[in-house]
Amino acid sequence: MFELRDLYQQVIVDHNKSPRNFGKLASFNHEADGYNPLCGDKLHIYLNVSDDGIIEDVSFEGEGCAISVASASLMTDALKGTELAAFQQRFEGFQHMVTADIDEEPDTDVLGKLAVLSGVREFPSRIKCASLCWHTMKAAIEDSGKAAKTE
Amino acid sequence: MFDIEAIRNDFPILGQQIYGKPLVYLDNAATTQKPQCVIDAVNHYYACDNANVHRGVHALSERATADYEAARKIIAGFFNARSEREVIFTRGTTEAINLVASAWGGANVRAGDEVVITHMEHHSNIVPWQMLCERVGATLKVAPINEQGELIIDAFEALLNEHTKFVGVVHMSNALGTINPVAEIIAKAHAVGATVLVDGAQAAAHLAVDLQALDADFYVTSAHKMYGPTGVGVLIGRESILDAMPPYQGGGDMIRMVTFEKTEYNELPYKFEAGTPHIAGAIGFGKAIEYIQGIGFDLIGKREKELLAYATAKAESFDGLRQIGTAGEKACVLSFVLAGVHPHDLGTIVDREGVAIRAGHHCAMPVMQFFKVPATARASFSIYNTKAEVDTLFAALQKAQAIFA
Repeated sequence: MFELRDLYQQVIVDHNKSPRNFGKLASFNHEADGYNPLCGDKLHIYLNVSDDGIIEDVSFEGEGCAISVASASLMTDALKGTELAAFQQRFEGFQHMVTADIDEEPDTDVLGKLAVLSGVREFPSRIKCASLCWHTMKAAIEDSGKAAKTE
Repeated sequence: MFDIEAIRNDFPILGQQIYGKPLVYLDNAATTQKPQCVIDAVNHYYACDNANVHRGVHALSERATADYEAARKIIAGFFNARSEREVIFTRGTTEAINLVASAWGGANVRAGDEVVITHMEHHSNIVPWQMLCERVGATLKVAPINEQGELIIDAFEALLNEHTKFVGVVHMSNALGTINPVAEIIAKAHAVGATVLVDGAQAAAHLAVDLQALDADFYVTSAHKMYGPTGVGVLIGRESILDAMPPYQGGGDMIRMVTFEKTEYNELPYKFEAGTPHIAGAIGFGKAIEYIQGIGFDLIGKREKELLAYATAKAESFDGLRQIGTAGEKACVLSFVLAGVHPHDLGTIVDREGVAIRAGHHCAMPVMQFFKVPATARASFSIYNTKAEVDTLFAALQKAQAIFA
């Protein structure tokens, strides 16, 4: 049976306890709010993209459960220094991982550390906790000005 | 005598296992489980009596009508309504409040009037009044609560004046467990000429309610929080007020005579029951009330008090636990936050131990804002819960702490 430790792996517990890239960036050129109306999780993402399309820096603020905080921490770590053009593919890769069939092994070559979040598949009510930051990141990149929602 | 084994056996759902562990259902403030007699009553209606009410001359329709109206009579007796004409079936508490806000509020609340609610209302006793006030230009005033989660009665009274048209108050808070002194609140509101609605969604399964003694103008509740079906509830209103109110929705059953020039409305309670009602639900609701009556509020109250006292004592000595809502008068609800563990993580972790609790804002975001927490975990108790189940909950909390240690 799927155990709780598969969801709450040590990496997730650690990232929740000391989230990376937490706080407001000194300078940023994109930002967005994310909100999960069902559980009240709130997130704000700051993003600084260079002229040549590199995500130079990204950070987040907010409050939420361990899954949402750890996911935002891991996401910001994973995206820092990457090309903006590659975001959509990573977004889709993450979405696929958290909604895929439980028997499908996550592709750790592509996902890297993010693969530790694959356990949420077994907990349908928690998938949106893991994906809120990704939706918020997408909203920030698109400068939609609307709060991202997982609903 | 309170025979807990017999009562647990009345609820077939309780016998199951969740992830290989016995189900411990502690989310009764969200909805209660259903005893076999309620399930049977709903089944029997569909299997034997299914027909529309109030219109057929055939045997099935007469049986369905008789059972539907019998349920109304049971409900009127249970709440000591002045007559069955005061008992209106709705989809639940939310629809009942919307009915009053729309039909009574629309006809009686004007620009410059004031509507008073409390800080511990859940969204369904906030939003309809906000919508009304916005529509007519009235002002919504909110009576404050203290750190224990009790209404500050002096501050409430200070809000009342000759402009106060309406007071809406929850009988028992779903997020905090606080029981409000509704008789006193009603008397104070009536003293300035205000009409009062009491939201009994959370209270009605736990406390005896005597509407004539309370002198409430409107009392609303939902069947599903009282061991009855979802999708059905009641509005019980003072007949003179209901009579003077315009209808809420138009349609079949609420009319006496329809022409294209003019429609004559039906008498109470049918004036407010447009369309085919939730017949099976109403019949099941009546049966659920008979089930409660069969046990009696003396035993229910005593049992639930014992359970809450037991759980509260454990909570008080649990490291890192902060209770949200510690009113002197409270029932059945243990709302809390645990240091280092977010309520949603807690909800998931205890679920794997078979324990069902609620994690979130409990549809009462202003309560969360008052206590400066984004959410709480809430264990809520009912007649079928045991001290052993409370022990299982606290063992599961320890497990959650260990994961995040």
